[in-house]
Amino acid sequence: MKKLLPLVIIGVVLIVALGGAALLLKSPSSSSPANSSLAASPTPGAAAQATASAKPPPAVAANEKPVHVRGRADAPVLIEEFGDFQCPPCGEFHPIMSRIERDFPTQVRFSFRHFPIKTAHPHAVLAAHATEAAGLQGKFWELHDVIYEKQSEWKDAKDARPIFTNYARALGLDMQKFSQDIDSTPASMRLVTDERRAQTLGVTGTPTVFINGREIPFPKIMNYDALRNEINAELAQAKK
Amino acid sequence: MSAIEENRLDDAIMLRSRAVWPDVLAALLALVGLADAIYLTVSHLTGQSVRCTVTSGCSEVLSSHYATVGGVPLAAFGAAAYFTVFSLSTLAAFDYRFARTLWAVVVTVMFLFSLWLIYLQAFVLRAFCQFCLLSAAVTTLLFLLVLATRLRRFPQG
Repeated sequence: MKKLLPLVIIGVVLIVALGGAALLLKSPSSSSPANSSLAASPTPGAAAQATASAKPPPAVAANEKPVHVRGRADAPVLIEEFGDFQCPPCGEFHPIMSRIERDFPTQVRFSFRHFPIKTAHPHAVLAAHATEAAGLQGKFWELHDVIYEKQSEWKDAKDARPIFTNYARALGLDMQKFSQDIDSTPASMRLVTDERRAQTLGVTGTPTVFINGREIPFPKIMNYDALRNEINAELAQAKK
Repeated sequence: MSAIEENRLDDAIMLRSRAVWPDVLAALLALVGLADAIYLTVSHLTGQSVRCTVTSGCSEVLSSHYATVGGVPLAAFGAAAYFTVFSLSTLAAFDYRFARTLWAVVVTVMFLFSLWLIYLQAFVLRAFCQFCLLSAAVTTLLFLLVLATRLRRFPQG
């Protein structure tokens, strides 16, 4: 009997392990909460995130007005993304956000803030600078879209600068001005402004998304339906 | 004292030094590793991305071509390895003799493999993945346990 007990224990663990894996696999939505609950305690980022979302929605200070906003000025819902162009989930969030913008053309405004994670992403700052240089010629959003859409094309490149330059050329930018602006102070100053805003909001990772100042948990923003529900809830509140 | 008697004495000392706690500890560590590897396998299979944070990289590691062997996620092999370690530790705790030796061999191989994975994360991918590091930590602890139990049994090295 005693010889059988270890085999029983091993069998039970095997069944629990396989069952757990199957359960996680079957429902992709249930693997998301598992992700956040697993990450909740060990990462300081998640803790900060929790406290940030517990705080009342921070008011937008005058000097912190978003520079890059698209959508109608009278749209009741403002979605603010803190993004890193080289971050893979940010690249995945981009098409989700584009679909939201298409589906809520009059209700949603979208603002992008830079949060390049320099330690993990060597081209992130350059990508941010490139979009700001394009922005100085009125084409921030055009380059923002291209850089996100073609992330896989440049993220593993040794030198991303010629690739970004090609994107800018394809958009018909003044290339001499672009190559000067990409390393200029105005471009880097924009990043500093966004970094300050990220600090006050307690942003520690990307993509971090706020809807009217309320932080939306990561698994929700990566799921179109969940994000749409958040927006509809916000719209219902705005009507009251 | 004859040679046989000396051997018997050695056997007796060995039996007394065979405490159960290293086996139980190893089994518990293997369970942590198993849960971690299952989580990694599932997030790999569902393609679910991990958020990028200042303190760690993101899904670079899991989406790299090092993360699969012949189309099978590396994490799945990890899960199988942790399950093996758990089984062997459990058997060892119940005095299955062969289990301890095999356990030490499997853990040593896993430890060497973990070193290779850490090397890849640090110098090739230049990105770390939290749950991969947790697995490496568990394997390192298991390896320390191997060293501790083996060294105690053969004090002269």
